[in-house]
Amino acid sequence: MKYAISLIALLAAGALPAAADEIWVTNEKDDTISVIDIDTLEVTRTIETGERPRGIIFAHDYSVLYVCASDSDAVQVIDPETGEILHDLPSGEDPEQFVLHPDNRHLYIANEDDAITTVVDTETRRNVAQINVGIEPEGMAVSPDGKIAITTSETTNMAHWIDTETHELFANTLVDSRPRHAEFVKDGTELWVSSEIGGTISIFDVETQAPKGKIEFEISNIHPDRIQPVGFEFTNGDTHAFVALGPSNHVAVVNAETYEVEDYLLVGRRVWHMAFNADRSLLFTTNGVSGDVTVIDVAKRKPIKTIKVGRFPWGAAFRPTN
Amino acid sequence: MSPYLTSLIAIVKREALRFVHQRERFIAALVRPLVWLLVFAAGFRAALGLSIIPPYQTYITYETYIVPGLCGMILLFNGMQSSLSLVYDREMGSMRLLLTSPLPRWWLLLCRLIGATVISVLQVYAFLLIAYLFGIDLPPMGYVAVLPALIICGVMLGALGLALSSIIKQLENFAGVMNFVIFPMFFLSSALYPLWKMAESSPLLHDICAVNPFTHGVELIRFALYLDLNLPALGWTVLAAVGFLMLAMWGYDPARGLIRRKG
Repeated sequence: MKYAISLIALLAAGALPAAADEIWVTNEKDDTISVIDIDTLEVTRTIETGERPRGIIFAHDYSVLYVCASDSDAVQVIDPETGEILHDLPSGEDPEQFVLHPDNRHLYIANEDDAITTVVDTETRRNVAQINVGIEPEGMAVSPDGKIAITTSETTNMAHWIDTETHELFANTLVDSRPRHAEFVKDGTELWVSSEIGGTISIFDVETQAPKGKIEFEISNIHPDRIQPVGFEFTNGDTHAFVALGPSNHVAVVNAETYEVEDYLLVGRRVWHMAFNADRSLLFTTNGVSGDVTVIDVAKRKPIKTIKVGRFPWGAAFRPTN
Repeated sequence: MSPYLTSLIAIVKREALRFVHQRERFIAALVRPLVWLLVFAAGFRAALGLSIIPPYQTYITYETYIVPGLCGMILLFNGMQSSLSLVYDREMGSMRLLLTSPLPRWWLLLCRLIGATVISVLQVYAFLLIAYLFGIDLPPMGYVAVLPALIICGVMLGALGLALSSIIKQLENFAGVMNFVIFPMFFLSSALYPLWKMAESSPLLHDICAVNPFTHGVELIRFALYLDLNLPALGWTVLAAVGFLMLAMWGYDPARGLIRRKG
């Protein structure tokens, strides 16, 4: 009898589908998050958020989700299991993008309307610092060792280098017009900054803050004005970058060693941000105007499916469930 | 060997020989869709925003969209070309020779149809190969899965050609076929634009396109290329093929057919 029960339990466990990993997408105009099941590539849940959700990050242990609810002037903390909003963090006004420090405790938030970067302690739920930066701060990055934070300001056209211990700016570097996104790569030795209007990505040597290279884009039959790099992510080993090119409706594949563009992939309309799955074999891009997410097979460099989500999807984040 | 098989081989061989000897015809048959693909589609690439419709899973370029339509175009032109050569055969007298064979007339016509379809399908594959070299990316198994769809669509259009050849009196009338059959069939179909796009401009245009058998042939090819079966398209294409074939048989029947009236 005991064996029979064990057998039934075993069969039942086997019959239950293991929960698949997920991609969470903020829908700017629906005030929701669409949750995409990575196995079925379908939206399985829609979660209500505050007004105009944009930046989205999971805690490093995936215990909570942080969302910039820009028009609610708050960063919301959400339980990923239930989708329930646990509490708000004092983010300052109009938070758009943010980044979580490697200590898994401090959020660095760009306050677009106030020209400041706010540092929030997620445990005490208090502002730790407010740092004056350029006008319309947007892109945020923090180095892997946690010593440097970057804010890019869209109108000042600069990357501001912040010492995370003193919360002081220690360098400002000019980039092309309207910088939107920044990332540290290659163990924090390089900083990449995308410029939406300039149509370029500027690369800096982190130690000297000196420019190291610049990537330009060109797609046949598409006017250069429409080629607007925004979000980008790196493949395993930081060998290649996938760059969202906004209203050109393409994602560029850039060789991160030579800085050459190797490919352009057609996705939905006005692509801005993206997220990889666990092994970085699939990339999910948020296409704002067409209201969908395109899934790219990274190895084949081929879009394989486009999934309808809410209105104006903005940011994307990966969540493992096993 | 059965006389049926002998006649099939002989007729298919004759079609193949005629085709091999007319290299210009082969090149012309390839150049036509390639011009559409590389010139027409390239110009529309940025202008036409296509929404995602089955069988596509994601956004595609316009070049990719029109490939099945251009496969259909090859089959359509070849189907009509074979009707042209039938008229030629009739004028030259070789048709009389063929039709005096003791074998049933429907069999002879069917052999003729099979011969024309084989040539058409080979041309489509040559086109798909060139399209691939120009970067049109299709699922690898799609090239295999499309074969039955090409045969069915080729038979349907070949049968239409046969039916038409029974009513065309002279070679010169072929221009009429161009104007009143090929162009309307091609342009009033989903070959160049998806049906929802047609509906945007005119519901009537959409309805005409939706009943055009060529639309269903193209959709059958489109779905097969993406390893999918469009059952309604299959049904309509087969129905049209049977209808055109019966019309051709009737047209070539000396007792009742259209051919008798022309002497």
